[in-house]
Amino acid sequence: MTGIASYGAYVPMTRLPLALIGGRPAKEGGPEKAVADYDEDAVTMAVEAARSCLRGFDASVVDGLFFASTSYPLHEKQAAATIAKALSLRRDVSTADHAGSLRAGTSAFEAGLHAVAAGAMRSVLVVASDCRMGAPRGPLEAKLGDGAVAFLLSNRHPIAEVVASHAVANELQDFWRADGEDFTHGWEDRFILQEGYAPNVEEAIRGLFQKSGRAAADFSRAAIHAPDARSLGGVARGLGLAPEQIVDPLIGRLGNNGAAYALTLLASALESAKPGDSLLVASYGDGAHAFVLDVGDGIEKLEPRRGVRWHLERRRPLRSYDSYLRARRLEPSEWETSADLGLSATVRFRERDADISFQGAKCRACGQIHFPKQRVCIRCFEKDAWDPYPLSEKRGVVLSYTFDYFFPASEPPTVVTVTEVEGCRIQVQLTNARPDDVALDMPVEYVFRKIHDAGGKPNYFWKASPLAAARED
Amino acid sequence: MAESIKDKVAIVGVGACQFGENWSQSREDMIVDAAYEAYADAGIDDPQRRIEAVFAGAVYPREGTSEIAEALKLFDRPISIVSDYCQTGTDAFRFGAFAVACGMYDTVLVVGFDKPKDRGVSGPSVAFDRVRGLPATPAGWFSLCAARYFETFGAGREDLARIAVKNHHNGTLAPKSMLKREITIEDVLKARIISWPFGLYDCAAQSDGAAAAVLTRADLARGFRDDPVLLKAVSIAVAEHPQRDPDFDFLAWKPTIYAARDAYAQAGITEPFRELDVVQLHDCFTLTEMLSYEDLGLCKKGEAKECVKSGTFALDGELPVNTDGGLKTFGHPTGATGVRMIYENTLQLQGRAGDRQVEGATTALSHNIGGPPTTCGIAILGMP
Repeated sequence: MTGIASYGAYVPMTRLPLALIGGRPAKEGGPEKAVADYDEDAVTMAVEAARSCLRGFDASVVDGLFFASTSYPLHEKQAAATIAKALSLRRDVSTADHAGSLRAGTSAFEAGLHAVAAGAMRSVLVVASDCRMGAPRGPLEAKLGDGAVAFLLSNRHPIAEVVASHAVANELQDFWRADGEDFTHGWEDRFILQEGYAPNVEEAIRGLFQKSGRAAADFSRAAIHAPDARSLGGVARGLGLAPEQIVDPLIGRLGNNGAAYALTLLASALESAKPGDSLLVASYGDGAHAFVLDVGDGIEKLEPRRGVRWHLERRRPLRSYDSYLRARRLEPSEWETSADLGLSATVRFRERDADISFQGAKCRACGQIHFPKQRVCIRCFEKDAWDPYPLSEKRGVVLSYTFDYFFPASEPPTVVTVTEVEGCRIQVQLTNARPDDVALDMPVEYVFRKIHDAGGKPNYFWKASPLAAARED
Repeated sequence: MAESIKDKVAIVGVGACQFGENWSQSREDMIVDAAYEAYADAGIDDPQRRIEAVFAGAVYPREGTSEIAEALKLFDRPISIVSDYCQTGTDAFRFGAFAVACGMYDTVLVVGFDKPKDRGVSGPSVAFDRVRGLPATPAGWFSLCAARYFETFGAGREDLARIAVKNHHNGTLAPKSMLKREITIEDVLKARIISWPFGLYDCAAQSDGAAAAVLTRADLARGFRDDPVLLKAVSIAVAEHPQRDPDFDFLAWKPTIYAARDAYAQAGITEPFRELDVVQLHDCFTLTEMLSYEDLGLCKKGEAKECVKSGTFALDGELPVNTDGGLKTFGHPTGATGVRMIYENTLQLQGRAGDRQVEGATTALSHNIGGPPTTCGIAILGMP
């Protein structure tokens, strides 16, 4: 019985009210899209979704990590290896990137299912994440949104079993992004609907009906990729799915998050699923891929987590279109950080336990925790007597702060803090916060972020974030 | 206990170039201006014969010791250069004093210099060679004490502003200072923020400059001039990194506390506020001056803002601090600053400080604190 043991999602806190794109003032409750903040990318969002997914699970049994994205910034250098390091997974985890198609998310999902079903891996973490960009003020920009989703696949006690799947491959140039281009291009939308989206998604789902022996009425919910609400409605009608079966495609709230889209809608469906429910999932891109999942009793035992709903309620709307352009590095600045030589690969390698895994050290002699690790203990001066001490899941408090107006940021100032975790001081930037949100002794959690683009590549480290007060689902 | 350095070394000549944005002056120009003024002050007209060694300090040196040797045409003798953030100048002076005190040389030159204004940026540049500890700028480092200090002692930006106003006033009275402009508390509070709570006027003026001093053995001093100034104490201390130190309280900087304890012991000072007549302390930011009053023991912890309000440290106050405008307005060429303070204290002790003269000053202290901050240098000078 192969299926989903756990899930998690991540949607950036930052929202672009769509009115701002057209130069109109934003209205509360109006349509918006989720956008990665200036310190986020497909990798940082993936790490956060995966952390949410792994909450309460033993990460040491994760044998595979499959990452899916069309917007990871490097063509040669695996994202999955970075994500595995940020999650402190085992060294012998099998990692792979799935890319090049909006269907990459469900391809990674299927590959994970097969590896588990074949007994090759005990559990596989599948993470899909995208922050695609449409050209500024172009037709795609308002439709695309940023976000990530993660699933832990296992044979042991899945909360939802994957019963059947069906895929179709289709050669069609509907959406594409050539090497060196920042923005996704799309062919005429009526052509894409009539020759791409509608027939392919319908074909995949009808094939699934046939394989599984189920009909439209057998499904509690259907999580289907949607280019827009109307097109989704047409496909649903064609398949005999009723509107109440359709999972909200989050248009005007999150937007289409590419390779992660159908799986994000699946996570959203799982948040309100009950034992005995049957779910339909369908992705689109160079064909389509559909799955049937049967929800089991385990869903009620899953710990509260940060899923799609939790993240959608946690919003910080941008105040101007310019700040969106700066966050996505679409506005030239006098001092381009990418022009700087940046971080030495040698240093990055040597410091990866601290910088990517956020690992400190605990003195075996006196218990003092250090970040980063020190050869000689600052408290008892014992030399080379320490054990690794993971800090990423700890809570800290802000001991002091300043607001720096010079460090490159889309909306200065950068909030800089010295935080404390169990007697260990950690200087970090505070993200997800404006100066008014900062107070001495406030509790924080730690999140994986991009610190800068120096050297033309993402350079990651951890930041503090105000400890979310919202109840988890 | 080891032998004290007190009264063994004399300063017999000091000099400084004009501090400022010296666009048309090279490093050579500034080093020559400062050193030759110090030679003249010491009555030395044959430096190639009299200067036996040079101890230099610079945070942005370019060609090692060669640029000093070439500028001053001092060859066939030792030149050393030290670099340790903002206390560089005091440390160069310390090495010079040690060299003389141990009897190795009779007469040495100390020169501190820096030329940050050739770099095309108005402040320190932002480093991208790391991901941790960013932004790694001095304003970001020093401002980290503000929130906690303000909350604990009820101080605020207006208290800091008074320090900037005082130093701007003092700077108008120093001929070689960079900025000569009176400002108001309002000006300080309205300026753009650099790193909260520091606005533009809370930050020292980064500038170009060089300063120099001629040191000799105390028993040889009167061969140079009749009013030599004696070294009473010189100390540096390196402390725990304040952003990692698990005991750091964000209320006091340990480098100053460590160095002051040692310097006062060397000089035999037990009540610094009463025994010191004039102080130059490291006002890289207004908050640095405020905390340093306390860390140097010039007032009790938490009382600095009251002293600032009542004018204790003003030019006409009980203990004038930063009589030449300090880093704030005299300028802060990092490697030169410690030596510039020794220049000012020497002028004060010799009664040569003009409109900013502190009458009857016989004991003077200078203080630098640098890094995140982790390092402090203190020198105490006095009349025989």
